[in-house]
Order: sequence, then structure tokens, then C-alpha cells
Amino acid sequence: MQRIGVFVCHCGTNIAATVDVKTVAETLGHEAGVVISQDYQYMCSESGQNLVKNAIKEHNLTGIVICSCSPRMHENTFRKAAAAAGLNPYLVEIANIREQCSWIHKDIATATDKAIILGRAAIAKVHLNAPLIAGESPVAKRALVIGGGIAGIQTALDIAEAGFDVDIVEKQPTIGGKMAQIDKTFPTLDCAACILTPKMVEASQNEHITIHSFSEVTDVKGFVGNFTVTIKKKARFVDETKCTGCGLCTEKCPMKKVPNEFNMGLDNRSAVYIPFAQAVPKVATIDPNYCMMLKTGKCGVCSKVCSVGAIDYKQQDRYIEEKYGAIVVATGFNPIKLDKYDEFAYNQCPDVVTSLELERLMNAAGPNGGTLLRPSDKTHPHTIVFVQCVGSRCDDSKGKPYCSKICCMYTAKHAMLIREKYPDTEVYVFYIDVRTPGKNFDEFYRRAVEQYNVHYIKGMVGKVTPKSDGKIDVQASDLLANEQLHISADMVVLAAAIEPDKTARPLATMLTTQMDTNDFFTEAHPKLRPVESATAGIFLSGACQGPKDIPETVAQASAAAAKAIGLLCKNSITCNPCVAHSDELMCNGCSSCEKVCPYGAITYVDKEFRMPDRTTKVRRVASVNPAVCQGCGACTVACPSGAMDLNGFSNSQIMAEVDAICK
Amino acid sequence: METFTYYPGCTLRTKAKDLDVYARSSAEALGIKLEEPADWQCCGGAYTTAKDEIATKLSAVRTLNAAKELGRPLVTVCSACHNVIKQTNYDITNDEDMAAKVNNYLGLAEPYSGETTVYHYLELLRDVIGFDELAKKVTNPLKGKKIAAYYGCLLLRPSKSMAMDDPENPTIMENFIKAIGAEPVIYAQRNECCGGYITLEDKSQAAKRSNAVMNSAKDQGADMVITACPLCLYNLKKNSDVDLPVYYFTELLAEALGLKEASNE
Amino acid sequence: MNKNLKEQVLRSSGVNVLKCMRCGKCSGTCPSYDEMEYHPHQFVYMVEKGDIETLMNSKSLYKCLTCFACVDRCPRNVEPAKVVEAVRLAAVRKQDNNHLSPDQIPAMLDDELPQQAIVTALRKYAK
Repeated sequence: MQRIGVFVCHCGTNIAATVDVKTVAETLGHEAGVVISQDYQYMCSESGQNLVKNAIKEHNLTGIVICSCSPRMHENTFRKAAAAAGLNPYLVEIANIREQCSWIHKDIATATDKAIILGRAAIAKVHLNAPLIAGESPVAKRALVIGGGIAGIQTALDIAEAGFDVDIVEKQPTIGGKMAQIDKTFPTLDCAACILTPKMVEASQNEHITIHSFSEVTDVKGFVGNFTVTIKKKARFVDETKCTGCGLCTEKCPMKKVPNEFNMGLDNRSAVYIPFAQAVPKVATIDPNYCMMLKTGKCGVCSKVCSVGAIDYKQQDRYIEEKYGAIVVATGFNPIKLDKYDEFAYNQCPDVVTSLELERLMNAAGPNGGTLLRPSDKTHPHTIVFVQCVGSRCDDSKGKPYCSKICCMYTAKHAMLIREKYPDTEVYVFYIDVRTPGKNFDEFYRRAVEQYNVHYIKGMVGKVTPKSDGKIDVQASDLLANEQLHISADMVVLAAAIEPDKTARPLATMLTTQMDTNDFFTEAHPKLRPVESATAGIFLSGACQGPKDIPETVAQASAAAAKAIGLLCKNSITCNPCVAHSDELMCNGCSSCEKVCPYGAITYVDKEFRMPDRTTKVRRVASVNPAVCQGCGACTVACPSGAMDLNGFSNSQIMAEVDAICK
Repeated sequence: METFTYYPGCTLRTKAKDLDVYARSSAEALGIKLEEPADWQCCGGAYTTAKDEIATKLSAVRTLNAAKELGRPLVTVCSACHNVIKQTNYDITNDEDMAAKVNNYLGLAEPYSGETTVYHYLELLRDVIGFDELAKKVTNPLKGKKIAAYYGCLLLRPSKSMAMDDPENPTIMENFIKAIGAEPVIYAQRNECCGGYITLEDKSQAAKRSNAVMNSAKDQGADMVITACPLCLYNLKKNSDVDLPVYYFTELLAEALGLKEASNE
Repeated sequence: MNKNLKEQVLRSSGVNVLKCMRCGKCSGTCPSYDEMEYHPHQFVYMVEKGDIETLMNSKSLYKCLTCFACVDRCPRNVEPAKVVEAVRLAAVRKQDNNHLSPDQIPAMLDDELPQQAIVTALRKYAK
């Protein structure tokens, strides 16, 4: 005979204001098998937990139902409390009467009825609960960081510092990411390369760090502590182990008309190239879309000039497989394409540029060697107009609904740097709001206005008309003066919204992690677990989780590293015992479960069975590897013969819940 | 020969005959038959966006319904007619309240709810005939001519309902210009307003707008400007003091197809 | 503030003026800006405040070219031209308040003016 305890939580007024908790406790107390039913203000508090523990001992309970918040919040709390009182933790059921009841209803009578029904369902389920023992699985002592920008580099350095091996997978030929393209950093105006490149070198020299540049993750299997990842090492047609990065091939390559992506296409590079002087690894890469040898079989200059014989035109993509205990996603961001915003004439005029393009135009390693010149005629611009929020804060089909967060500050930086270096240049900034929360940020913006006399105008540019004499007519509103302005500018700089890198979406599918509608990775809890994904063992670093500046990115990168280290420190982790198992006598060997299993946990084995007539017969049956199974339940639904079942969520338990709800 | 229902609109009967005549002769040369529905009415000239206006939308619905009954897509050529008819069709498809009121008034045998496909003549060239096919039929390519396409507002906006092209970076007229063997000139003011009907009471405002458009086109090196709208043509010609010829795009189409003598500036 | 008038304008335009983030792009792009004493962003804001009558008496109503540049370029999808249209209708629907009457027209014509202009102006300026 079952002896069940029911505990109804008020959650302060979160539940009690909408659900009549006394009535719920009273009503559920009459359910078959229930020997005690109580309500309490905060069941998760220490005294609330003691109430549960004492009841378990006093009434010798065989199962408990907690009517409270979502099991995602406190299932673990109550399982621990039950275990402390000597009850198997898997004999605890949570009825979610907060998120799924009190928070979404207004009418007390309705909410109370629903809470009772949810409680009944949980009681019906706990009747059929069986004690489960969690196993353990080992943790692979190696971490994978996907993305080699400042976020990925910082995370990898911190994990390596703790003594664990870590691999960085970077899709570009070099690590460094967006920060490598930036000239100066706000609010201190220190040189980005000067603070980034030492970290890049440190990463390459650290004995615990392996950099897979020009590589992509193509497959992820397994689960927390035991991921198996396939990495595609794209053919760069240069033997990384031989290339010394001397750069002779890039000089001699006759194909010099390739848009240089590092300089945002503002100048050209050769078909064999090293993205920039401080690239890590400093190894050449051949671009097969432009290399004449690879396209037509005629050339071979780079191979001839390479003194170490590193050029290999026959190189193929290679795939390697590695085991990891933890994975950190650091896939970063890109500015959006501005094709749909041609009222700003971005497609019509080379002197209308994005802010990232301006970074390159102002960078000493950029196309003009650090002298700010107009892309069209290489003359010095005397009037520059900045437009904020291009594609940010939009509710149209073209832009992004969020604030890109970094634009106000980098625009103030650009404006100030230009005024500092070229005091004869007039700089206008059209803004909707200037958003500068952050240490020393508003002071920085005020400096641009007060000390550098940058003209900040509250309003928006509505139309940009390039003229044949090189001037650009900027038509805009000045809301405070209640005027429409026409500024005759030499350059226009657009603060394009930022968006997650396009590789993030397919990666999220591989990792079974969640994303929001904007393709930013979703954190496990927006406040309390900001660097973990909801999938165990997958952590988030940098702008892949949301728009961030460099200081925030680095802070989050280190936080993600700390979480990964916490996991890697463990020798083993407790497995989820709620895994699938197959009733071999019912299994017909159809493979349906194997096909739907996202974790590769199901295999088929030939097994000998004794028949009623004492003969034996070999049958093909499903077998679940409990260490790999994540308990998603897909197989139990797919199984046509009802042989697959899930511990803790058995078919009979779920039917009992449904019956209780429909009663 | 494929047949389409053709809505010329009132202005094409009188002041904008060239837009109409060459649209018809070119279509025929391109293997398209244009057939006017019986008893069509004026589109109204401007679409009233107000949700509580019904009467002003009825004539466009009658035209759309006539095309539906004939079972053929509707082709327009005047930008203003196209704008009114396309917006009406969009709203009657998406606004149930408007559809109910309009149908209640008209009492059609079968309610009209946006079934007709509407093509602008340029879309007919792009989507039905194809600019590549058009280029093959050109016998008299307009070689060396630098032509500025003037879209104005009506062909492109509101882009949600017009859905002809990218409203800020359109290509349909430029590709048309390439197909007839000429060189398109891209200029920023090609999708800004010419002044429209303001010419009636405020010539100076119309002049300001028309000059902005024409100066921009001339500045970028255009030899001529083409348009699909009689009122745009009027404003650009009459209200601007920029010395640049303005033609209907159908005139140049007919010329390229060898159906019309070259225009003398 | 005339609450009924505000509601009528909101209903007739179908615009949610609360979506406006006050960026001023509509006024930055408006080709008639200099001819108006109330500009597109002010139309949106004044309708939000319920200050409709001021707008109804403004000549700005007849300066909007309905070019839809503000509608297409508004980052918040507010559609200011539809607000202008709704206020203009509220004005011309008043008794004897047409902005243009047919007998004024002959004086405005010339040989080349397409009748499209007349039809459009009457649609915009008169009931």
C-alpha cells in the first residue's frame, strides 16, 4: 500500500494569490494513497524542506508530490531533501502550479481547480514511480572552444591555465576575430592589436592549447563529459607544419586582385595569403576560388618560390575526431548586410561605409596605412556624417529588433579619433538615443561632445544623395531645432546592426542547444546562469549570446571558462537514471528507435531466446547504452510494439497522469 | 499568343497616348495580346489608405473583378493606376473588414477577395517574357544611350503591397534599359517624389521636387530620363528647368523593337 | 484634447502611434518638410497626445505628397503618411471644409496636365 505525502507551496503570493492553496491541500488529501497533505509559505526554504523530511520519516512515506514551481527550478532541491530523509529521490514528483497555473490565470476558482487537477496527475504518477539509482560516467579532460575571436581565446587561455587541454576551432585561417580588425578600443583608446596579439601568441604557445585554424565543427555526438566531435580541417593547400610564414609566396603570387576580407574588401590581396602580419598561426592559405594553379593547372609560382616545400596543391579536406568533456561556443557576430538600406546609398557610393570599414580605413595596417582617406578618390574628407542605429531597434522586415549595444560607444570613439587627428574635419553624429551605460562610458561620450566638439544631432538621416563632384548630400532631421538639414558631406559612416555569425544556427542544431528568434544562443537562466546553455556541458562565451563590447565579452569568456573548468575537474558525473530501456521479448527488431535516437544510444544485438517448445531462436533486438541515452523519449514514441520505455516517465505513468487529468 | 487583361486608365486615353500606344504595339510584337475589359472606370488616381473609406476603392475592385471573371491576369502600365489597383488588391486580401464592406456594396455574383494577379507592364517584361528574351527580340538596340530610370514613388511604395522590387535599390527598370541595349544610370533621387499632384496648387514645391530628381539624374551623366507615370513625366518636363528629355519607357521599348522612329530631342 | 477625434484618427489610419521611437527618420526623408509647419514625426506625436484639431487646421495636411517614403523607411513600421491621411480626411469630411472645389480647377489647368492630377487632388482634398 502506497503512503503518499502532498506538499502545497504558496511561493509567497506567487501561487497563493491566485490559487486557494488550503483548498488544494485539503482536496488532494482525500486522494487514494495520500496520508498527509500540507501547505506552507515557502516549501523550498529550509523549514519547508524540514517539513517534508519530517513527514517522510514520521509517516513512513513511499512517495511525495510537491505542488510548487517548475521542476526546472526546484526538483533537485526536493530530491535532495527526500534522499536526506531516506526516500529514493526519484519517488518525488513536482506538480507545476506556478508557471503552468497561478502565473497564467487570473480567476482564483479556475486556477484552484487546475492546481488540483495537476496535483492529482502527479499523485497518479507517483503511485507508479520506481526507485532509480543514478550511475556515473567519466569526464573527458579536454575542452573544445568553437570560435577563435577574443571570446574564444580568453576562454581557452583560462581553461589552459587551470591545467586542462583545450582545442580552439576557428573557421578563418587565423584566430583573432573581429577584435583583430579594430583599430582602437573604447573607452581607453588603447590599440586593439597591441592588447590582442599578445593573447593570440600566448594561445599558440600554450602547451595545453591546440589551434585548429581554417577548420569547422561538422558533427557532435555524446553528452556532457563525453562529447565526440568531428572537426573538418579545410584544405589550405599549404602544409602548416612546414610553412614558416615568410610571406614570399604572397609577394610572388601573380593573382593580386582578390578582395581582401580582412580589410573589408577595401583593398586586394593575393590568391595565396596571410590575412595580416600578426596572424596566428602565421601560415599561408591558398584561396581556391582565385588560385590559377587550382583553377586551370597553370601557374605554380608559389610552389617554386617556397624554400621549404610547404605548398601542396593536392591537399584535401581532412576530418579528425576528438573527445571532449565540455564545449564552449564563441562564434561571435558580424555587421548586417546593408543591401536593404539604400536610402543611405551604401551600394551607390564608395564613400558611404560601415563602421567596421572605417576601422580598417583608420588602421595603420589598413588599406591607407592609417591615414583616413576617402575610398573613392583617396582624398582627405573634411565633413563626415555618422548615422546611428542602421538596422538596429527595427520593427520592419529588414532590421533587427534589438539594440546592437556597441555602436554608440564606437561611434563616439571614431568621432573623437577623427577630431583628434584631423581637427579641420567637421564630424556630425545623428542619434536617436545615446546609450552609454558602462564604466567611464558616458564620460567618454561627453568628452567627444565637450572636448572634441563633435556635433551630436538628435534625429535621423532620411536620404543620402551622392553627387558627381564627390560631395554627398545628407538629408536629415534635426528634431531639437525642428529643421530638415542638408549636410554636404565627404563621407558617411553607417553604424550597421550586428547579428550572430551565420554558422551559429547549424551549430546550435548539432549541439542541441537553444537559440532565440534572432539566432543568439539562449542562456540556461537569463540572470543566474548567463554563461551556460540549457544543454549540460555546453557553455556560451561572447557575442554569440547577445551583443557585447570587448570588456563584457572577456568577462563572460572567463566566466564560461570557470564553468567549463568546474566540469572538467570532476572525475565522473552523475548520470540521469531516467533513460530508456527495451523489453527484449516485445522488441520486433524494426530499427525505428535507432533511427530517431539523436544521441546514437541505441544499437541492435542478435540474442538467443528460448522458445516455449524448448528450442532456441536468435532474434535481433534493441539495446540502449544508458551512459549515452539522454532520456528524451523519442524512441518510446517511435517504437511500434511498445517495447521501449523510459525510466521515470514510463508509458503507464504518463497514461495514469492523462487519466487523472481527464477524470 | 498569350492574352492578358489590360487596364490603360483614363490618362492614357488623352494626355499620355504615347505610353499606351507603344505599350500595345510592343506587346503584340512580343507575342502578348492585351485585351481591355468592357466598361472599365477610372482607378481614382490615388489610393486612400484610410480604413474607413470604401467608396473610393470600389472602381479598382470592379476592374480587378472584371479580370477575375475573364480568368486572366491584369496588366497595368500607368504607375498611378498600378499603385491604386495593387494596393486595393493587397488590402482586400488582407483586411477582412474592408473586403466585407466592399463586397456587401457591390453584391457581385461571387465575392471578390483578391484572386486576380496584377502585373505592371515592366513586371510583364521581367516575369512573363523575361529580359533575356526581350533582348533577343530587340532589332534596334539603343546603343550608347545613357538612360536614367525614374521610378518615382508609386511603382515601389508601399513596398509591402507593391512588392515589385527592392524599394531602395530597384533593378527592374535598369535591367529593362540593359535589355533594350542602352546603359542605365543609377542616381539616388530615382525613387523620390516628383511633386505629384501638388503642381495644381503649388508650382514652386513641384519645381523643387522635379529639379531635385532631374539634377540628380543629369549629375550622374544621364542623356535622358524614362518613366511609367504621366504625372511624373509632366512634372519632370514642365516644372523642372533641367535640360534633359523625359520619355515613357514604352516609347523606347517600341523604338528598340523597331516599331517607332527614334525620338528627336 | 478631443478623445473621440483621436480614436477616429487611430481607427481610420490603422496606425499604432505608440510604436514610434522618436527617431525622426520620417521627417528626415520627407520631400515636403520645408512646406509643412507640422512635420511627419509631429503628426505621429500630436496624434498620440490627442492634439488633432491643431493638425486639422494646418496647411501641412495638403502638403503631404503621399509618396510613402516615411511609410517604407520608418524603422518601427509606424506609417506616418497614413496618420496624415486620416487627419486630412477628418478635416475635409467636415461640412463645407473641402480644400479644393471643382470650380477652382479650370484656372489650374494647362494643355499638358494629365487629368490624373485633378482626380488625385480631388481624392486628397475633397470628400
